[in-house]
Amino acid sequence: MKRSTPVNHAKAAEKFMKDTAHARFHDKRLWDLRQKRDQQMHLLPEWQELRTLASQIKEHTLAHLPEYLEQFEANALKNGVHVHWATDAAEHNRIVGEILEKHGVRTLIKSKSMVTEECEMAPYLTQCDVQVIETDLGERIQQLDNQMPSHIVVPAVHKLASDVAKLFAQHYHTAPDDDDPHSLAWAQRLAARPVILSADAGMTGVNFAVAETGSFVVCTNEGNADLSATVPKLHIATLGIEKLIPRMADLGVFIRLLSRSALGSPITQYTTHFRAPQKGSEMHVVLVDNGRSHRLGMEEFWTSLKCIRCGACMNTCPVYRRSGGLSYGAVYSGPIGVIIDPTFNERKYSTLPFASTMNGSCTHVCPVKINIHEQIYQWRGVLANHHELPFVKREIMRMVGKILGRPKLYRAMVQGAETTLNVLPRFLLYRTMNPWGKNRTLPRPVQQTFHAWYKEHRVKKNRNT
Amino acid sequence: MQKIGLFIPCYIDAFFPKVGIATLELLEKCAQNVEYPMAQTCCGQPLANVGCHSDAAEAEALFVRHFARYDAIVVPSGSCAHHVRERFDAIPQTEEVCHVRSHIYELIEFLHDILEVQAFPWAEFPHKVGIHNGCSTLRSLRTASMSELGEPFFSKPQALLSRVKGISFVTPHRPDECCGFGGTFSITEEAVSIRMGLDKVQDYYKAGAEYIVSADSSCLMHQQGCAEHAGVPIRFIHIAEILNGAQA
Repeated sequence: MKRSTPVNHAKAAEKFMKDTAHARFHDKRLWDLRQKRDQQMHLLPEWQELRTLASQIKEHTLAHLPEYLEQFEANALKNGVHVHWATDAAEHNRIVGEILEKHGVRTLIKSKSMVTEECEMAPYLTQCDVQVIETDLGERIQQLDNQMPSHIVVPAVHKLASDVAKLFAQHYHTAPDDDDPHSLAWAQRLAARPVILSADAGMTGVNFAVAETGSFVVCTNEGNADLSATVPKLHIATLGIEKLIPRMADLGVFIRLLSRSALGSPITQYTTHFRAPQKGSEMHVVLVDNGRSHRLGMEEFWTSLKCIRCGACMNTCPVYRRSGGLSYGAVYSGPIGVIIDPTFNERKYSTLPFASTMNGSCTHVCPVKINIHEQIYQWRGVLANHHELPFVKREIMRMVGKILGRPKLYRAMVQGAETTLNVLPRFLLYRTMNPWGKNRTLPRPVQQTFHAWYKEHRVKKNRNT
Repeated sequence: MQKIGLFIPCYIDAFFPKVGIATLELLEKCAQNVEYPMAQTCCGQPLANVGCHSDAAEAEALFVRHFARYDAIVVPSGSCAHHVRERFDAIPQTEEVCHVRSHIYELIEFLHDILEVQAFPWAEFPHKVGIHNGCSTLRSLRTASMSELGEPFFSKPQALLSRVKGISFVTPHRPDECCGFGGTFSITEEAVSIRMGLDKVQDYYKAGAEYIVSADSSCLMHQQGCAEHAGVPIRFIHIAEILNGAQA
């Protein structure tokens, strides 16, 4: 098998930042979401308690996942729902394809679902002659532009309204310079309604699946999931197996956290419970593993499965805000992406745990308390052990380790560095210390290290007294 | 009298010796018995942060050999203190290793929590400063409240600095935002690192700061590099220098 090339996040990020207008807007827009999230947090004195509870419920569920999955399946079957199990992306796509084929589906409308992105379902279904149409505005924009979502909650956040106007002009024949958000939304509405009304099947993701009832909950702001699920006679809901929660009583904890963390609004416009198919309709649920069981067995990384996909870690991440979601070259971007992408392809995503300053802001906004920045640190160690370090040579690090263990050798190196700084002309240094010196000045050369100063002013003095 | 071991990280030793000197003199002014073990090198953090923690075993062993005999170890750098306290496990966790890990203090923690220094009568700094807390200092050592948690405001560096005559503080829009140094990140992700650094210094500058003051020299080194290159007229100083009575 051909080994994949590691994603070049740094280069893609640099490219994204070259367009100042986009980069500025992106940073500002997401920081705004972070601030709105903070305001919501301040309104709830029990915020930290909620985070702790959410984390505990998820950890408990993950620790008993097989039981809860079976309970969910049994109850869903009782409700008249068809339940399918997919080990991996290929099986997921095959299952969905077969359901659609059985019903002679030519057009599938769908709401946002990260797991279908993860399984690359749309290209598969297109090959099976099924037209897949996204109904979420941001997802539709991304679909028309043939791009992955750049954010798990606001998929087209890296675009300006003017970009969308140009895109819609191409596809919907609207005026290319009309970038008024209301007319853009209206154009999408006009284009989407007939498709929704005539579609053969609808697909949604799932935010929470409740084991004790066999029901599931979908949270959206546009109502597009409700239309996708209820207008056609066939509804397929697809979800990663980590979406389970034990009881309906647990749901409130997550509903209170989800939209506050994501967008800084108290709740999504629509929080829809699906329990059973409508009369004369069919409802299918596809439970997808696709590496999740394996991740559950990873001692350092299993808690990443607690994620409820709110995107708060992305909104707060100073690296993500500057570099844009597409620079990660993966379905999941930002801090949460950095810790789960390598479980899909260690070599391809080996660079991502290094696309972080490990500043820890993500960990502290996470509504389910995933220790994201600690896991980024742990991933670097795993990658080193698996010989997948992207930027440094392990042999050099071994040598550095030896030097740090030998004071005399170390001292000789430091004195060397000191002399170098004093003797070499600065322009030469800028070139050799690239890329530090390309857009940053170097620290001033010093006459004496602290070590030398101490020797002169304290050690000698003590000897004389 | 308790004996303090002074740990001066590699980049302070080589690039910012005056920060080391200020730290030593300040501790001496606070009547501490301080020694700098001459054979110290580095805590090994740079290796661990790129994933090669096991290669730091010799550095850790050496560190423990030289610092285990002290009642407290003080270092003017948050990320080094955090590394030794939280991640120092490339070697077997002997009693000596555990002693070192539980007795290392970042300078501000030591002055604020252990010595509880109430006054710096020798210090005067009649300038507007913006405080930058390095990310390990802020979120791991918890020397200040963090905006992510919505907790009541506290700031150990500000509490200490407010005891310096003439000083005043400005607050930037994003006080807790990382400045983009991040060790090797500053090299491997040069473009993002510089953007973050520039945004940071401009935020302080626009808030009216004459100086950015921090307990972390590595953040300052990066920010200063960004500011000077882009011509942002703001100055940088380590908190130890102000508390030790540095004049502008």
